[in-house]
Amino acid sequence: MTGQGQNKSRDGVIDENLRRVFDEAVEEGIPDRFKSLLEQLKQQDAKKGDNG
Amino acid sequence: MSTPDPRDELVEHLPAMRAFAISLTRNGSVADDMVQDTLVKAWTNIEKFEVGTNMRAWLFTILRNTYYSSRRKAKREVADVDGIFTESLAEKPAHDGHLQMNDFRVALAKLKDEQREALLLIGASGFSYEEAAEMCGVAVGTIKSRTNRARKNIAELMGLNEDEAMEMTDDATMSVLSSSKVASF
Repeated sequence: MTGQGQNKSRDGVIDENLRRVFDEAVEEGIPDRFKSLLEQLKQQDAKKGDNG
Repeated sequence: MSTPDPRDELVEHLPAMRAFAISLTRNGSVADDMVQDTLVKAWTNIEKFEVGTNMRAWLFTILRNTYYSSRRKAKREVADVDGIFTESLAEKPAHDGHLQMNDFRVALAKLKDEQREALLLIGASGFSYEEAAEMCGVAVGTIKSRTNRARKNIAELMGLNEDEAMEMTDDATMSVLSSSKVASF
């Protein structure tokens, strides 16, 4: 393979940026709408369980 | 004791799902709608999840399918949303000195969806080529070549391949390069 050294550093820069972009989004945390959605889904199931 | 409910694990995967959705769609509110749809689908189809297998891979599969089916619908309704978004992204000032990161975001946004997806699954989400291939319903070799093309295109857009820069003759690539001002260093 030729140019592997160059690809290695090139890919290193790309991977580092990818991780930064991704981590930034992860660190935003979970908006409340998802927590309340999960609560709603849980309650829906509990009701179904009671009825039958 | 009752067996643990796999639905209790859904919440743990939410931050990674959101990060994947935001990176894939480049739009926070579209991403959150997608994650919400995925969450409801996963909850109501939890019996289809095989306990002991990789839940994150299962969720990402639902997420990407949601994205591609909504994209097919949206394509008929909205024209050139990508172009408009990419323009605004290119003009966003670099914050806290991460000039390179801003270039990277612009380059990532310009990739074809399939290439961006492969790169995000392999490079950012930590899936194997085999896992990503299964999630996307394509051969392992296809994921590898999409990832390689994604890296090559990003490198070109960011001007990371100085040796190869002169070889580019493709008009579309050149116009993309000049419009994003990547060539300025």
